[in-house]
Amino acid sequence: MLRAFWAELKRDLLLSFRRRGDLLNPLLFFVMVVTLFPLGVSPAADFLAKLAPGVLWVSALLAALLSLDSLFKSDYEDGTLEQSLLSSESNYMMAMARALAHWLTTGLPLALLAPLLALMLFLPSEAVPVLVLTLLLGTPTLSFVGAIASALTVGLNKGGVLISLLVIPLYIPVLIFGASAVQNATLGLPVSAHLAILGAMLIMSVVLAPFAIAASLRMSVSS
Amino acid sequence: MANKSILPLWFYKLASPKYCYQYTTKLLPWFAGAAIALLCVGIAWALLFAPQDYQQGNSFRIIYMHVPSAILAQSIYLTMAICGAIGIIWKMKIADMVAYACAPIGASMAFLALITGAIWGKPTWGSWWVWDARLTSMLILLFLYFGIMALYSAMDNKTLAAKATAILSLVGLVNIPVIKYSVDWWNTLHQSATFSLTKKPAMPIEMWLPLLVMVIGFYCWFATALMLRLRNEILIREKRAQWVKKLVTQV
Amino acid sequence: MTALLLEIKDLFCERDDRTLFENLSFKLFSGSVLQVKGKNGSGKTSLLRILCGLYQGYEGQVKFFGHDLADDRECLHQSLTFIGHKVSVKQALTARENLSWYANIQPQLDANLIHSALVAVGLDDYADVLCQNMSAGQKRRVNLARLFMLPDANFEHSLWVLDEPFTAIDVEGVAKLEQRILYYVENGGSVVLTTHQTLRIKTVELLNLDN
Repeated sequence: MLRAFWAELKRDLLLSFRRRGDLLNPLLFFVMVVTLFPLGVSPAADFLAKLAPGVLWVSALLAALLSLDSLFKSDYEDGTLEQSLLSSESNYMMAMARALAHWLTTGLPLALLAPLLALMLFLPSEAVPVLVLTLLLGTPTLSFVGAIASALTVGLNKGGVLISLLVIPLYIPVLIFGASAVQNATLGLPVSAHLAILGAMLIMSVVLAPFAIAASLRMSVSS
Repeated sequence: MANKSILPLWFYKLASPKYCYQYTTKLLPWFAGAAIALLCVGIAWALLFAPQDYQQGNSFRIIYMHVPSAILAQSIYLTMAICGAIGIIWKMKIADMVAYACAPIGASMAFLALITGAIWGKPTWGSWWVWDARLTSMLILLFLYFGIMALYSAMDNKTLAAKATAILSLVGLVNIPVIKYSVDWWNTLHQSATFSLTKKPAMPIEMWLPLLVMVIGFYCWFATALMLRLRNEILIREKRAQWVKKLVTQV
Repeated sequence: MTALLLEIKDLFCERDDRTLFENLSFKLFSGSVLQVKGKNGSGKTSLLRILCGLYQGYEGQVKFFGHDLADDRECLHQSLTFIGHKVSVKQALTARENLSWYANIQPQLDANLIHSALVAVGLDDYADVLCQNMSAGQKRRVNLARLFMLPDANFEHSLWVLDEPFTAIDVEGVAKLEQRILYYVENGGSVVLTTHQTLRIKTVELLNLDN
């Protein structure tokens, strides 16, 4: 069971490494969207500091969202997806490996880049570790839940916008707890409850989402 | 198959589109009649005879539309997700069709709940929209409905579309309690002492009874609308079956 | 020893409101070759995808060694190798990497046979070349190399589903592949395939989808 899991994970990471230019795209998107807020609203430091937790979380969420479209696309088109599904090893582990690879190549870099953007938005420095921590806990949930929508729409030509429609409502709880933890941290309030809930959502999505991803992929190759 | 025999016989009978069509032919007038009667009685009672609210005066009467539509929006989602699950597990076509028939009705109920909430908000809060926990949850529920309808219409193969929307509605079902909890929590954080729409001090029975009538009336109306949509869908999907051809030539 | 491998009962399939086949029933015993024939659009590919458990929009029964495909896919997938229309190799991986991925996810294939498989399809010099730098025919050969990675011991109880396996390869490649199929079948393997080519294999059962 684990053999297929590692094989899929290794393959996905190797593919991302061979096309490392593509890894930059969500990060650049993240930086650019964050840049829009001071330009569109106000560059005043105290104002931006107030806005920062929400802006950073929303931008990270959108960046993770945009990369979902391509998650299964090329595998679907070149036929390796159906070969994965023909494996006698469980499709559940395959789905988990794919979602995990997606997080390692988008969510994780986003979380690591976030402190730089926090600086640009004048987020108080004591809140920065919490920001990174919430992103580390929250973005895998985004990848696992998002992979379901990506799997559902992979066979359609109009994936992009449709995925957003399916996924944004499901992302709301993560956004609420992630952003408000950072908010609390700026005010010096405790954040452990938020982190615990983000962790609970993470566990739930890691355990349950692969079932839905695998079922959706089987449905998608059936067309 | 062995694992299938645990289910009662009517379950299998209902699984046949032909039987289901005939069965709903009998049920339909009863539910339609009940819906009309209950809604007429309920509306007249609510608007004319129920006492005024001591705080809000007559404007509170919109509760008689708002609450039933909000309740229905949620229970239709539940119906849809359960039917989706049945469709996946037992590969039952009728369940798929019911799930499909549910989505737009549920979306319209969620929409109605939002509109009536907004109209109620104007005299109560002084603005058309307030980020109240219940309204926000309802808005997200409406988004979930939109997602399901968008996915269904994006797919050409309707059997697959039914399967895809079933998966999505189940994912949504797991998420609804999480969303509801997080929105409630977010709301208490950001708004102090709001006036909640439905958590009122215990309603007197004269106000409460017409509300009950309205809720049951809404359910009957939902059953009627669902059956109408379902019967259409059966005819479309089974258009090559003998009994459908016969039925169509009769008309 | 021939065992009942595949049993198809009352298969019905429609696509885009067009019935491809109905009341289709046949049996396949291990050690035999079934060639599915029919015009373009007669449903050959759909039938093959149903047999693999990839296409779910059918009614009726598909049984592999007595296990209904709708309930138990694992039994089939332990024994199946499917070659479809798609390239089924990753462009950004080398031939060897692609095949070792296959050996990991489809454990019936043996990773130790990768080299000999590449030799068999004439790609031993290309083992570490990225597939994006190969010609269409060479990519096809990488995909077909999977057929040479199945150890002889696994032939019995195994099934190859090949959709137009001879396209995009040269005459020499066709001969090699045919030879391999023959060897496989003689040693207990079973094949369902579509092709427009007349096969040199003698004991081929035919299934015509046109009527």
